[in-house]
Amino acid sequence: MMQPVLEVRNVSKSFPGVKALDNVSFHINKGEVVGLIGENGAGKSSLLKVLNGIYQPDEGKVLVDGREIIITSPRHAFDSGIAMVFQEQSILPTLTVAENIFLGREEEFLRFGLISKSRMNAAAAEELKKVHLSTHPAMRCADLSFADRQMIEIAKALSLDSRIKTDVTILLDEPTSVLEQKEIELLFRIIGDLKQRASIVFISHRLEEVLEISDRVYVMRDGQIVQELAAKDATVKELHQHMVGRQLHHEYYREARQATPSAKTVLECVDLNRDGAFSNISFELHEGEVLGIAGVIGSGREDLARCLAGHTSPDGGNLLVNGTAVHFGAAYDATAKGVGLVPSERKVEGLVAPFSVAENMTLAALPKFVSGGIISFSSEKAVAADWVSRLKIKTPSTATSAGSLSGGNQQKVVLAKWRIAGVRVLILDHPTRGIDVGSKEDVYELVRDMTAEGLAVILLGDTLDEVIGLSNRILVMRDGEITARFEAPPGGKPTQVELVRHMV
Amino acid sequence: MKPVSVSNGNLLGHWRRWAPVVVLLALCILISLFNGNFLTFGNFIRLLNSAAIPIVLCMGATFIILMGSIDLSIEGVVALTAVIVSLLVLNDISPYALSLWAVPIAVAVGGMMGLLNGVLHIKLKTPSFMTTLGVGFAGVGVATTILGGTTVRISDPTFRFLSLGRVLEIPMAVWIAAVAVAVAYVIQERTRLGRWLYAIGTDEMTARHAGIPIERTRILIFGIAGLFYGLGGVLAAAQFGQGHALISQGRLFTTITAVVVGGTALSGGVGSVINSVIGVFIVVVLANGLVLMGVEPYVQQGVQGLLIIAAVALALDRSRLDVVK
Repeated sequence: MMQPVLEVRNVSKSFPGVKALDNVSFHINKGEVVGLIGENGAGKSSLLKVLNGIYQPDEGKVLVDGREIIITSPRHAFDSGIAMVFQEQSILPTLTVAENIFLGREEEFLRFGLISKSRMNAAAAEELKKVHLSTHPAMRCADLSFADRQMIEIAKALSLDSRIKTDVTILLDEPTSVLEQKEIELLFRIIGDLKQRASIVFISHRLEEVLEISDRVYVMRDGQIVQELAAKDATVKELHQHMVGRQLHHEYYREARQATPSAKTVLECVDLNRDGAFSNISFELHEGEVLGIAGVIGSGREDLARCLAGHTSPDGGNLLVNGTAVHFGAAYDATAKGVGLVPSERKVEGLVAPFSVAENMTLAALPKFVSGGIISFSSEKAVAADWVSRLKIKTPSTATSAGSLSGGNQQKVVLAKWRIAGVRVLILDHPTRGIDVGSKEDVYELVRDMTAEGLAVILLGDTLDEVIGLSNRILVMRDGEITARFEAPPGGKPTQVELVRHMV
Repeated sequence: MKPVSVSNGNLLGHWRRWAPVVVLLALCILISLFNGNFLTFGNFIRLLNSAAIPIVLCMGATFIILMGSIDLSIEGVVALTAVIVSLLVLNDISPYALSLWAVPIAVAVGGMMGLLNGVLHIKLKTPSFMTTLGVGFAGVGVATTILGGTTVRISDPTFRFLSLGRVLEIPMAVWIAAVAVAVAYVIQERTRLGRWLYAIGTDEMTARHAGIPIERTRILIFGIAGLFYGLGGVLAAAQFGQGHALISQGRLFTTITAVVVGGTALSGGVGSVINSVIGVFIVVVLANGLVLMGVEPYVQQGVQGLLIIAAVALALDRSRLDVVK
């Protein structure tokens, strides 16, 4: 058998509360295009970060051309023949095209310590030719379109080819998500050319594309590689099934406690739209309801959630709270109307980490604890203590800094904050991201408690499983639009495969 | 979802790039309308002369700001190097008379102080704001201590020539500033250090991933900035013919104002030493114009204060900033 250009053997990587990679083995042969697919959080990004030297694996090894290496940094990965094209681009807008392509590798253009711009531009022009880009190398990247910058990123990866002895592997992380159809076709043609010189790992949510371009496909789920198949024998439907895998656990999501929503509409969207993020969004949210929104990264659901919570403003359409049209200029307008957002970036946006538990809890409703301009510590403390016991928050005291609590307990503090503020609509953006299994169940329990009290919840779940298990109804979004709506009563839940079909 | 294309802000972007030049020209026209003396050769030389030291200081400060840091040690470095150089040339206090040999020594002291800024900032991981503020204060303190509050009088005509001498009618200080600009421009445009400081100022993470030695680059840039401040201190001593700790008063504010007014963004990554030269001339022309128009000195200070705020407000497209600190 041929020696793989790049191989990963039994690699594991853990973070507190999460096993990001669990005994992953993976290889790629010279001139091969390998697809890598999986749901959000399945472990694709972690695997890439190990290959790119951003993460060091806890166990297992990485081999390049059969030799074991420890990749210490992205630059080291690059010099070892592994080039990554990031989903979030790493092109610096203030530098020119040529300067970006050779950033950190200017040595070859030095003469008496000075960079020869003409030689660097000429070399860059060569690299640009490989990706059929006619951009001038001396142009500033800020003046280029997003798609052009993506191509420059690819050109940068390809520039390795003529400069190192080992074979080159290029990791393409969601390269097509920002490209137009014509550019995608071009990219695929380039990948076709590249197979002569390089091996390619192709990550995408668009399964048809993965099947079209790849020779082999790996499917990841829960940090493991669950399937390896030849692309020519596989179907999109098959891939869906492997991605989704396990069955629902009714108990886990407290389905028995799923409330029947009342007929009262608390929040309504009519043709809501925000340029470049989402369009034609219409739905009603009822008292006591959990409305799940499913979609991949880039589906626009995060943008929608932020817009509903007043963090951004819609460009068109109407938003109604309790039947009256509202316009949120900022998050505090939304809070005043009883709409709160539990953001996915808990430590950055959800909590003021150095603040105490009590201070965090009262942050959104501070006027309630103020008399004569002075905050009443006693009433703040009493209310906080009440919620600590109601939500069973494990904290030494209400004066403990919130940042020192575990992820699950931090999330409970965030939930308590909105309950104290008296919100009637709570938007949960990945409420269980990065917290351990036990705490997840606590959060699910709290969601059921809230709906039993008549609160309405919009849920952007961490996994599809979670969305299906918790929701009364589910909206599926793709490319900023609602592509499907499902009823999800206990016992009559849609399957993940049904949802995934409308997501990708 | 489609990310917003950056290219649609082009027109505005080009306007921003040229705004400092437009402002400078407008100021010149405006002032010459009010006062006929503005557009005379004598006044032109006066303008160049008063721009010389700020320009030298700005070369260093621009590098630091392009890197996304800030340097508040300028006054301290200028004070200490001015005092040291004035004690090393022929003077009324110390026995040394090194004449021009004192210049490289003083400049080197500036470079050492810059390196100290960089090393402390990187090794202790203290923000450049506080580190340089501290080093600057220490510099003024040491300069004051050396002289015990007195003033050194310089009596070395060769040394004074560095500022007062004229070549082709133009003061030496201006020629020296011009050379400083040329050196800074080459560093910025043609060396790896120059390239890297833009990369670091734009996005340090990306720069790090590209294999750029961030720490070493930062320390070296602080050191280079210190060399420019040291040269500034030498020029100040040569100009006034004396050395004392107060010689640097007000220079920090002028320098930072000029860099920012010239269009170099405090957030890093955008700008150029050439922008700062324009920025210095805006500040100097404005001051000169206000004097010609008979505006009181304290009102002039107020105008400078407003100028820097206006420049910061105009320099960046702030509509997309979420958090302003």
